[in-house]
Amino acid sequence: MAVIKKSAGDHIFDFINAVFMCFMIVITLYPFIYVVMASLSVPKLFLAHTGLLLRPVGFSLESYEAVLRNPNIKIGYVNTVFIVVVGTLCNVIATAIGAYVLSRKGPFWKGPLMFIIVITMFVGGGLVPNYILIQNLGLYNSLWSLILPGLISTHNMIVMRTAFQGIPESLEESARIDGANDWTILFKVIIPLAIPTMAVISLFYAVSHWNSWFSAMIYLKDKTKYPLQLVLREIIVQSQVSDMTTMDSYMDRYAVSQTVKYATIMVATIPILCVYPFLQKYFVKGVMIGAIKG
Amino acid sequence: MAAKSLSPAGTRKKGVGAMLKRDFMKYKGIYALAIPVLAYFIIFKYIPMYGITIAFKNYVPTKGIFGSEWVGFDHFMRFFKSVYFKRTVLNTLIISVYDVIFGFPAPIIFALLLNEVKNNIFKRTIQTITYLPHFISTVVIAGMIIDFTSQNGLINNIIALFGGERTDMLMRPEMFRGIYIISGIWQGVGWGSIIYLSALSSIDQEQYEAAYIDGANRWQQAINVTLPGIMPTITILFILKIGGLMSVGSEKILLLYSPVTYETADVISTFIYRKGLLDMDYSFSTAVGLFNSIINIILLSTANALSRKVNETSLW
Repeated sequence: MAVIKKSAGDHIFDFINAVFMCFMIVITLYPFIYVVMASLSVPKLFLAHTGLLLRPVGFSLESYEAVLRNPNIKIGYVNTVFIVVVGTLCNVIATAIGAYVLSRKGPFWKGPLMFIIVITMFVGGGLVPNYILIQNLGLYNSLWSLILPGLISTHNMIVMRTAFQGIPESLEESARIDGANDWTILFKVIIPLAIPTMAVISLFYAVSHWNSWFSAMIYLKDKTKYPLQLVLREIIVQSQVSDMTTMDSYMDRYAVSQTVKYATIMVATIPILCVYPFLQKYFVKGVMIGAIKG
Repeated sequence: MAAKSLSPAGTRKKGVGAMLKRDFMKYKGIYALAIPVLAYFIIFKYIPMYGITIAFKNYVPTKGIFGSEWVGFDHFMRFFKSVYFKRTVLNTLIISVYDVIFGFPAPIIFALLLNEVKNNIFKRTIQTITYLPHFISTVVIAGMIIDFTSQNGLINNIIALFGGERTDMLMRPEMFRGIYIISGIWQGVGWGSIIYLSALSSIDQEQYEAAYIDGANRWQQAINVTLPGIMPTITILFILKIGGLMSVGSEKILLLYSPVTYETADVISTFIYRKGLLDMDYSFSTAVGLFNSIINIILLSTANALSRKVNETSLW
């Protein structure tokens, strides 16, 4: 290997680049730090504070208490956990079945089926036809309306199919000789060998369920069914914090309403922040396997 | 495989029925698994496509999609003649074009610069941190934008620190697109760079050594080795971007805009939402959606065809 010497220009470039990267870190992290610090501040002091925030002004857990007092947050959490767990489970099973069917060499209709499925990546019904379908199926105002329509993501299914195709056929054949049917082969032979891909795809489904709010907004009517993101929207986007504040004076209520928003953001984001560092590499892997299919 | 060796001449005469039967008997298990999958795609993807016919009808819920009466292109004409046509199409295009100019190159530049960082721990740290915002929900991002841009928010605090004037930014139509694009870059630049970084890592190191021996400096190496190396990736993503020129997602805009900023913020997708689900003008909204989809398909195929000619890289 040739020894590459660095010129003075290279050093200057490296230095500027490092400074730029530090800038990127600050600009990405600071908004979150600000939210954390604001949420821990004393509401009245925070309201009077102007300028940057590097530590809480005063220290108070008042805002968090207010958030946890809000019954809607608890209901939202329960609904979201249901959607994430049940939804992701259904997603993964359905996607695996689809990927298995498409990865088999056998049936004559495999080509046409693939075509029928791939087309849906480019054309769809659009907002209103989907809405009418949900109403006609009787799914309106049911949590299943957030799970069933997106049961299989075509892109994820194709990624999984590619993984299944990489599994040696001899394993499947020997299982078949032992009397295994397709169902057993899929769950006992194929899936255990594709665990990394399955994990990545489950993660993508889970995060998208956790973050989704639009379908919930259009398909759900009862507030008791709202997922966390929709409760969040009411609190932090539409500023409906009245049911969380117990103070009498307007100013006190206004002050708390500000820091409560930040505390709400934290309460809804902490789960993601906690799991993210451990799962990051799987997400990155997910982008890679998705890209190879290209 | 056995089926193939049997198939010539003799068996084909037995006709389609026999062929189907044999295929079914042989792959019973797969047939059983394929049926629910096919059913899903028919119910949740193809029935809504049939539902598009209401764009040409006066849809009345009690009469159903099939029973509602045909009105031809009435809804389309109503859209083209309305003031919303120009406004929503222009807003969609302007936001997209800004996004192509600023949002598209950002992750490429970021990936190229990150690739020059040789300290692996530093590099990993930057990656972990910059990928993070991608996972934060749109609602939280929008909430943060609303708070930070408000009169007493973080951004106004910074502006005031430098002697600028405080304004409620989301109430000013001329600032909406900038806020939308910049926050989009902030959230997506790290995550968007992953795909380019993976393309960069697959460039053969020997090419750099050869370029170095030929006397190319770092800049020349970047232009002559690195850029051509990631060009196929850039092309594919550019095609997709152009294909989406007329589709600006509604979610973030719905959370950020207000009647005050409609003039610059209202795009086709938000208009479809308002007309369809708030005003319950089902057929009209579907017509606007269909118009939008057709333009999107035309854009995507044109970009794809062009790229195949110029670059020999294409989606299909």
